[in-house]
Amino acid sequence: MSREPYLLPNGRVLRYTFHERVVHWLTGVSYLYLLFTGLAFWSPWLFWIAVVLGGDTISRELHPWFGLVFIVGVSLMYKMWHRQMKETPSDKAWWAAIGHYIRNEDDQVPSADRFNPGQKLLFWGFFWNGILLLLSGLILWFPQYIPWNLRFLRLAAVFLHPVFALATIALFIIHVYMGTAMERGAFGSVIRGDVSRAWANKHHHTWYEQLLRDSAARK
Amino acid sequence: MSQAATELIRISGHAGTVPGAGLNREFQVCKLVDTTTCIGCKACEVACLEWNGYTFSETTFNNSYQTMPETAWNYWNLIKFNEHEREDGTLMLLMRKDQCMHCEDPGCLAACPAEAAIVQYANGIVDFQEANCIGCGYCMTGCPFNIPKFSPKARKVFKCTLCNDRVSVGLEPACIKACPTGCLHFGTKKEMKELAETRAEQLREHSGYREAGVYDPPGVGGTHVIYVLHDAKNPELYGGLPKNPQVPLMVRLWKHPLKWIGNFGIIFGVVGVFIHYLRYGPKVVEGDEDKGHGAKP
Repeated sequence: MSREPYLLPNGRVLRYTFHERVVHWLTGVSYLYLLFTGLAFWSPWLFWIAVVLGGDTISRELHPWFGLVFIVGVSLMYKMWHRQMKETPSDKAWWAAIGHYIRNEDDQVPSADRFNPGQKLLFWGFFWNGILLLLSGLILWFPQYIPWNLRFLRLAAVFLHPVFALATIALFIIHVYMGTAMERGAFGSVIRGDVSRAWANKHHHTWYEQLLRDSAARK
Repeated sequence: MSQAATELIRISGHAGTVPGAGLNREFQVCKLVDTTTCIGCKACEVACLEWNGYTFSETTFNNSYQTMPETAWNYWNLIKFNEHEREDGTLMLLMRKDQCMHCEDPGCLAACPAEAAIVQYANGIVDFQEANCIGCGYCMTGCPFNIPKFSPKARKVFKCTLCNDRVSVGLEPACIKACPTGCLHFGTKKEMKELAETRAEQLREHSGYREAGVYDPPGVGGTHVIYVLHDAKNPELYGGLPKNPQVPLMVRLWKHPLKWIGNFGIIFGVVGVFIHYLRYGPKVVEGDEDKGHGAKP
């Protein structure tokens, strides 16, 4: 990570590399499709979404395939981020100050590394629920191949697949809100890739300090 | 009987009320299968294929009279044979015509997410509308009798219609018409129930079948196909007829508490972040060009 030129010459900081941005949106776009078609099957009151997205049969056929794309995205995310997402001893203090974080009293929140503990929760929440959704989803994809005496697997999947999906929806609502409305500059960072030095210093102070030290060491 | 056969009382995956329900007199139809007079001739199997336009499927041989292990998407009616050895060492060949039971409380319909892919008519027939089926197979999981079957060709699910097309024009189902022994009867639920009870009593009192009885499982609200069994205490002997079939608990939990908790949670989440924005506004970085205009309270 430190080999990348994170401090850009124009006074900006590279927050997410091109590779990271592509993987984010591969996962994000496939998740959106899964969310909307999933909501269509979730409630008769939302079944119209399937019609808007090209028809109910198409939605049922494509939902599992988009699920595979989503899992590829999650796997790539795991590969590139799991080390940075590891829990550290300082995370506890951050969680203890979550009230200050929510109330935007950011000077009273312990400084964060490249990912703050909330982002780590999001990552692991999507990672584990993604695996559980894959397993339950495979059963729902091919119910005709699950024999009658293993019917409990189908019954469990019918109930648990939406449970895991609801868990991701909770994370997703917070993620989208924070990434677009709450943290100004965050959405740009996952589109163009860069943020201002002030942004990096404020939201990910530990990470920014490290970048400065690495840059000084290189010179 | 014909009006009730076109009047819907339940629609799968449907938001809101069922149009027209409860407006007419309801005639509940019922098929009675007397397993004690079935000779296993399979005329009902052939009649079912004939009427519904399917070709005879490949049969399997397993040292019994069984045509194939279970019903298929294009084979809706199958006699299940069981060579049952009784406690006194004598043998009984148990035969039960297996098909959709047309439950009063259908598990397939409860589990179906597709609008109007499964409907229940006022006369009790539960019918699949393949044009609306999305092929998810949830009905196969919701059914306690292992009846709906997925067609890999059509990518949709099929099952016995109780010959709704015949019943709606005043004809009896094809299987009933073909039965040579009269072990199959068709009429109103009330009549069939009475006939079945009379036959069960006869078996108990005159034929020595002390446990003879009628199979009309209350766990699914009763069915529109009922059986007379020599041994009503052990329905499993008749090709795995479940003792107490029910709409699965998992389907019930998913359709009721989970749905409401989930809906509340999603709405709470979306409203919650919106209220948060109104109260606390964005996290603004001092000295940044895209400064928010949020005022501190």
